[in-house]
Amino acid sequence: MTARLLEVADLSILYDGRPVVQDVSFAIAPGEVLALVGESGSGKTTTAMAVLGLLPPNGRIARGAVRLDGTDIARWPERRLAALRGARLSLIPQDPVTSLNPVRSVGAQVAEVLRIHGERDGPGLRARVLELLERVGLEPAALRAGQYPHELSGGMRQRVLIAIAVALRPALIVADEPTSALDVTVQRRILDLLDELRRQDGTAVLLVTHDLGVAADRADRIVVLRDGRIQEAGPVRQVLAAPRSAYARQLLRDAPSLTTHRHRPAASGGDLAVQVRGLVQDFPGRDGAPFRAVDGVGFAVRQGTTHALVGESGSGKTTTARCVAGFLRPTAGEVLVGDTDVTALRGEALRHFRRQVQLVYQNPYASLDPRQTVARIVEEPLLNFEPVAKAERLRRVAAMTERVGLPGELLARHPRALSGGQRQRVAIARALILQPRVLVLDEAVSALDVTVQAQILALLEELQRGLGLTYLFVSHDLAVVRLIADTVTVMLAGRVEEAGPVEQVFQAPRSDYARELIEAIPGRAAPQTLESVP
Amino acid sequence: MSGAALPLRAGWPRLQPGLLLACAVLALVLAWAIAPGLFTARNPVQGIPGAQLLPPSWAHPLGTDGLGRDQFARVVYGARESLAGAFVAVAVGLVLGTGLGVLAGARSGWVDAVVMRLVDTLLAIPGLLLSLSIIILLGFGSIKAAVAVGIVAVAQFARLSRAEVLRVRASDYVEAAYGSGGRFGAVLWRHVLPNSLTSVLALAALQFGSAILALSTLGFLGYGAPPPTPEWGLLIAEGRDFLARAWWLTTAPGLVVVLVVLSAERISRAIGGART
Amino acid sequence: MGRYLAQRVGQALLVLAATFTLAFLLLQALPGDAVLIKFLELGLTPEQLADIRIAYGADAPLWQQYLHAMGAFLTGNFGYSIRAGVPVTQLLAENLPSTLLLSALAFAAASLLALVLALLATLGGQGWVRALVRSVPSLFIAIPVFWLGIMLIQVFSFQLGWISIISPEPWEELILPVATIAVPISAPLAQVLIRNIDAVLAEPFVTVARAKGASHAWVLRWHVARNALLPVLTMAGVLFGELLGGAVVTEAVFGLNGLGGLTQQAVANQDVAVLQAIVVISAAAFVAINLLVDLLYPVLDPRLARGRRTA
Repeated sequence: MTARLLEVADLSILYDGRPVVQDVSFAIAPGEVLALVGESGSGKTTTAMAVLGLLPPNGRIARGAVRLDGTDIARWPERRLAALRGARLSLIPQDPVTSLNPVRSVGAQVAEVLRIHGERDGPGLRARVLELLERVGLEPAALRAGQYPHELSGGMRQRVLIAIAVALRPALIVADEPTSALDVTVQRRILDLLDELRRQDGTAVLLVTHDLGVAADRADRIVVLRDGRIQEAGPVRQVLAAPRSAYARQLLRDAPSLTTHRHRPAASGGDLAVQVRGLVQDFPGRDGAPFRAVDGVGFAVRQGTTHALVGESGSGKTTTARCVAGFLRPTAGEVLVGDTDVTALRGEALRHFRRQVQLVYQNPYASLDPRQTVARIVEEPLLNFEPVAKAERLRRVAAMTERVGLPGELLARHPRALSGGQRQRVAIARALILQPRVLVLDEAVSALDVTVQAQILALLEELQRGLGLTYLFVSHDLAVVRLIADTVTVMLAGRVEEAGPVEQVFQAPRSDYARELIEAIPGRAAPQTLESVP
Repeated sequence: MSGAALPLRAGWPRLQPGLLLACAVLALVLAWAIAPGLFTARNPVQGIPGAQLLPPSWAHPLGTDGLGRDQFARVVYGARESLAGAFVAVAVGLVLGTGLGVLAGARSGWVDAVVMRLVDTLLAIPGLLLSLSIIILLGFGSIKAAVAVGIVAVAQFARLSRAEVLRVRASDYVEAAYGSGGRFGAVLWRHVLPNSLTSVLALAALQFGSAILALSTLGFLGYGAPPPTPEWGLLIAEGRDFLARAWWLTTAPGLVVVLVVLSAERISRAIGGART
Repeated sequence: MGRYLAQRVGQALLVLAATFTLAFLLLQALPGDAVLIKFLELGLTPEQLADIRIAYGADAPLWQQYLHAMGAFLTGNFGYSIRAGVPVTQLLAENLPSTLLLSALAFAAASLLALVLALLATLGGQGWVRALVRSVPSLFIAIPVFWLGIMLIQVFSFQLGWISIISPEPWEELILPVATIAVPISAPLAQVLIRNIDAVLAEPFVTVARAKGASHAWVLRWHVARNALLPVLTMAGVLFGELLGGAVVTEAVFGLNGLGGLTQQAVANQDVAVLQAIVVISAAAFVAINLLVDLLYPVLDPRLARGRRTA
């Protein structure tokens, strides 16, 4: 660690005068990968964008230096910085879908970085663009160059952005959550590609991620941020094996991908609470031909256990769950909840059935009416069935909110005045107030930070034990599934790829796809001494 | 429970100077409309012989017109005409338009198709031509002009309220409300209408300003209230004959219209901005 | 694509038919004999009157009259003006060109004004300049068109004496009317442009472009321009309506000949045939403009282009 490519020293950043990054210092050597790890609001992205001089208009660097090869560029004017960007420093952004201009072809957007830095239009430019597209695995390159972003998948778009970032062989690439919007298998391939390219070019990477597993796999060193301050920094192995700060320890304990032990007893068999047989769901397709989202799916869940539906986007897992919850009427097949066939229910019968099965949504903010107070939200289901006296309703609301760990003073608040975790607790309380037998959890913890996620998962465990609830747990995150589920169905393109007890599927997957999925869980490079973490 | 909690209530808009001013302007004009006698002792219809076309002075803050009538009194008394007309117009547009829009948005299917084609038809005819056509049918007069302006606004209210209902209907919280056993009527009442309302109210405030503009235009063209009535558009039309000699006759009523419309727009923005 | 086209054209025709029906009912709602009495006042001979009666089909049942009128409209026969006693087509031919010229000039001026306002509001100098420019469109919308015309005459003709109103040159005559129409039209255009530019500047792809080393001007040229301008196309129909309304009022203020004067006379005299023709024709233009925009959009926006292979 003699040569320092980038050195960030005592950096403090204000948004509208409010500090968001305080006294952050770290250095990156040529060819090194440094991971900035933290939860939302930790200042990790802000720090990374400050390196590029791309803070939003309301942000400014209050103190500190950003030295590139020893020269402080933190206060350089826009014009000088622009000359560095794309050439010496480059960016791989977070969301590939919105990060490409929708009305320009892929080739034009790759060519742009070359043109900005002086390359002339012509056959030479085109050849370089095609070469770059080939380098990131977009083939046939000539076809891809002529396509528009919406014609490419998310993973392919991220490859285009990587091609742009490596085009001029910069010394440092800032990769801001480069794969968090992608499916886990795609994530792995994209990170592999990035690894390969940076090794070839000797490029250093500043990797911003919320996922300790990704950091563990890909980085040389880690900087852990919280509320704009550094909590811990050091080589990956050291930080993961023996974290010194309390926060890093908590982060490690809560990160599902780094936890190998299960804290739940093996499933005890009750009666079958949910049975799905031969489920088929067609949607009207683009050109009249129906699109089959779910194709012959079947599984059964025992009372009091958790069954996980796992798959990547487009696997049909959410569609299946919505059929179980009675929000979709399947094209064919049976959904039995207890002895009731949900698919046969209409009108009032369906309305009364809803007491049995409740759905918890991925985005708690969208699933709570912004105009209602917490008390009103949790109370509402009680108004839909046989009258309950007001005093009794309020008593039940108070009891249920307390049960899910919401302090009483939050009852009068509106959803926007709650944190993400609190909102999800409200959604769970609303779902439970009718005392359902089955809870369908549709990516219910996916939008939450890991420490909050761990709290909600613990709450779900506790509620299941206390109330004998049955969970249908829909998730793309295998690490979480491994923690919470008893049985699992792995889905791909509307079909069941593999099913069985969680231990069995994870230890000895029989299908290629399940194996690929499991191997793609980040964090495999992490030291396996984690169970000793207190 | 970590994760940054949002500020407690973004709720009602913080009172900004511009907004305060807008409210003050509308309050003043409303007061003119309700009790014009409190603001001027002059008669708006009866002129003073020998006092024609006097420039602004202490006695006549906005001068006098060609018949010796006090222009300030005519502006103050004109508020009633304009505001009443605008209220009628907005009421017509709001009731008919929102009714149609909510119906279309809540029911979908062929009801939606029929209502939206009707709205398309209303939109296809330029606003001024549409109101003129309705006036041909109804005849001249201030209430008739107001109804005509209101019918022009129906299309906008219908489109907005339909879009809002569809937006809210597609939200997770509405599905969750059905999911917890809510009936159609209950969900509509508890969730869809309250959450669609703010945008519609913002449009109503905006349309209030537009209606004043449109009514003054009709008044100017001579299709609104008949001449002795002090109506803002009519005042400007009458003042036009003395353009070279009495600039105050056209300037003042026009400025009042501009201020009122600006204020309505400002308040509309405040209501609309309070939504998120 | 074919299906979309058919559906879209069908919709447009439906709206046109509905507009025509509305206009037709308007005619029917007025006492028909009153119309004929006016013809008598004009001193037409009974033979001429009989011709008109046949032309109107006034003796036939309502649905026959309806079909007859629709057939006449489709062949470009809009009936007779009660007041002028000449075919409506002739009146339109006399008055349409000047209004079209006025509207076209006003539209060009409004677009320019809106563009300048939008650029100043989003990229112009200091923060306070931008804030100030942002409040301009609201002001422009709040100004009554007719009053603006009068104020312009007062300032530029009477006070400053720059523009003669006694015997103006042909081009001179148009300056103030064009400004009068352009100012209010520019406001919604500027508002939408400002909103679009703000939205595009906040898009992640702009950040990516800047991370490539693009200057502000480059970002504007290659990323903001097309993305911010495209949605403005959808306003074309509404703007056309505003333009026409503005022209009607402005012609009245400046005493210009054109569609405006024609409309005013038609309303004043209950000359329904004229108003009906103007309404149906402007609705047809509106529908045609919107149809054109809808058909053009997929060509300009690759996201809507159909038949492309999705990877």
